[in-house]
Amino acid sequence: MFVPLLVLRNAFRHKLRTTLTIVGIVVAIAAFGMLRTIVDAWYAGANASSSARLVTRSSVSLVFSLPLTYAQKIRQVDGVKEVAWANWFGGVYVNERNFFAQFAISTPSYLDIYPEFILPDDERRAFLADRLGAIAGRKLADKYGWKVGDQIPLRGTIYPGTWTFNLRGIYDGADEGTDTSTFFFHFDYLNETIKRQYPGRGDQAGVFVESIRDADDAAAVSQAIDTTFKNSLAETLTETEKAFQLGFVSMSEAILLAIQAVSYVVIVIIMAVMANTMAMTARERYGEYATFKAIGFSNGFVAMLIFAESVGIAVLGGLLGIAATFPLASTFAHTIGSILSGFKVSQQTVALQFAAALIVGVVAAAIPAWRAARVRIVEGLRAIG
Amino acid sequence: MAIPIGYIGRNLVARRLTTTLTAGGMALVVYVFATVLMLSAGLQKTLVATGEDDNVVVIRRGSQTEVQSGIARLQAGVVESLPQIALSGDGRPLISKEPVVLISLPKRSSGKSANVVIRGVTPAGLILRLQVKLVEGRMFRPGTAEVIAGRSIADGFQGAGFGETLRFASRDWKIVGVFDAGHTAFDSEIWGDAEQMLQAFRRTGYSSLLFRLNDPSQFDAVKSAIENDPRLTLEAKREKRFYAEQSEALSRFISYLGTSISIIFSFGAVIGAAITMYASVASRTGEIGTLRALGFSRGAILTAFLLEALLLGLIGGVVGLIGASVMQALTISTTNFQTFAEIAFSFTLTPRIVVVSLIFALGMGFVGGFLPAARAARMKIVDALRAA
Repeated sequence: MFVPLLVLRNAFRHKLRTTLTIVGIVVAIAAFGMLRTIVDAWYAGANASSSARLVTRSSVSLVFSLPLTYAQKIRQVDGVKEVAWANWFGGVYVNERNFFAQFAISTPSYLDIYPEFILPDDERRAFLADRLGAIAGRKLADKYGWKVGDQIPLRGTIYPGTWTFNLRGIYDGADEGTDTSTFFFHFDYLNETIKRQYPGRGDQAGVFVESIRDADDAAAVSQAIDTTFKNSLAETLTETEKAFQLGFVSMSEAILLAIQAVSYVVIVIIMAVMANTMAMTARERYGEYATFKAIGFSNGFVAMLIFAESVGIAVLGGLLGIAATFPLASTFAHTIGSILSGFKVSQQTVALQFAAALIVGVVAAAIPAWRAARVRIVEGLRAIG
Repeated sequence: MAIPIGYIGRNLVARRLTTTLTAGGMALVVYVFATVLMLSAGLQKTLVATGEDDNVVVIRRGSQTEVQSGIARLQAGVVESLPQIALSGDGRPLISKEPVVLISLPKRSSGKSANVVIRGVTPAGLILRLQVKLVEGRMFRPGTAEVIAGRSIADGFQGAGFGETLRFASRDWKIVGVFDAGHTAFDSEIWGDAEQMLQAFRRTGYSSLLFRLNDPSQFDAVKSAIENDPRLTLEAKREKRFYAEQSEALSRFISYLGTSISIIFSFGAVIGAAITMYASVASRTGEIGTLRALGFSRGAILTAFLLEALLLGLIGGVVGLIGASVMQALTISTTNFQTFAEIAFSFTLTPRIVVVSLIFALGMGFVGGFLPAARAARMKIVDALRAA
């Protein structure tokens, strides 16, 4: 009982210093957790995607569309269950800052392929019945305060003009990872309008989405689809939905790597602060350490005292920091709104935070403990703080 | 009377380990702070430097980027006949009608794909962009499947290097030259013959028009001529402005993220400075008493400890900036989410960033040192002397 009590009393001898150090660790560990959660959120879209879905796009790049007639040919490929298609709309809601994804989707096939978008039956019927109808995710609707029945104007950047849609439904996600910040409307409406205004420009789909019978066949089915259109005017590239989403993530890879690097820098900074605290603490107590040794305690015992104190302070700060991460993350997710979906502190992040706190405690104690263990009794007794 | 600076400086030297750790923590914060500002400045510099003052870009109204835009040949013809367009030596208008598309290419480093801009240019387009210089090989021959690649693309993407061949739009394109566009956005593009590109990508219209004004002050006249013509659904922007707008979102994202990270990090560093300064005050209680007894005022003590903290911040700031300046050798390549295309830019250290970072470092020292300094100044002479 004596040793833990001694460590505790030592740790809080300088209340102000210890408190400041703990506050520093709390901030650092919470910041570390936040940064990791931001990076995780980037990958959330890919993680939530199903492996039983394929995405077919033009092999040149996403900005090239594919002829709508491909849908029939894709449906005939062995292993394909259903085919749907979608076009990126890229409209502006009120002003450029309000960015959210908008897709013109084939109805009802697209909704059938994505069962994770949960839409009440009456809203689904209303959406399907209204050619100008649209549905929005819960998060998106909450952000702009939309209600079913509202009219939503979007200024087209790819498709000129102002398009006004009637909001017929608000969908929820089947689980937390499902993205509910997207806006969907009828492909047919977009297509017919385009055909009327710009003869020759219609009947093009941005991407085809296929559900397949057996997820294990994904590679074979993808290849079969691409072979079908080989050497045609519009060659295709088919990949699993996950690979497709990861392709987007990898575009911002440089930024993600920077965020990750920075999340480790904050740990190094707090390590310096903590090491400083322990160095000062140990320096003030050389006299006491010498006394311990003089009455027969070993060098290892003295070193252990410093390690226990350092690790204790670091872990206490770490735990508080972990606790602070959760409210911080939810506030952040609320403020930033629909940009990043699935903003959630993962278990892995918590484990890493704890490990980081532990490492900070151990590393900070290393030099002071080594010095204190080596201090000669006579010198130590002579030392003044 | 003030306490000599030498005394203040030697106090930091006396506690080498503590000084190093505290200044080191601050240096890391300043390093992160400065590199983020440098990144944002580098991006802006790249895109702002891309445009020329008297060049005008025309795209379809409402489409924010060249890739989203579309201009029919008929419309292009109307713009071409505007009287405000400068003429070249042979009397033809200096206007380049360009198709711009994105193709996805695998990166050399990771094998992952990113979107690269392919631009079809005309001889006028080359005259309008004088900053572009061939550094390897030769110019593409009009009417052939030859292209030239920007330096960043040639270095960064598979098959885009000099002498290599790229396959897109069901054709093989030979890279016959590499150009340097002087750290502008064109460094991240591939150029070929405009008519060849239109055919290969089966386009009937152009993406954007670029022309030079015969008089820079004519911009407003040409803008209203284009935007008020009922035959045209186009908008005109100064080239400089056009490219600056394309960097806004990414640049804002980087600086927001960076500033919030720096502010959070500075908490840690300020706490470190406060701990160091409190300890410095506590271990010198007797000294402070002696100084006061010798006749130094409370103000002098306060100033001395504040200066010590500021000096600590300055050391951290300078070391952090030295570290950050090394980053200038690096080039970052990422997707600009406004244009959906890859853009390469480097960290750029501007005098403003140096000043702002040093003020930031001194600020951390000041905030961390103020309370300890105040405590030192408030000590009573008798108590302080007795404590020793």
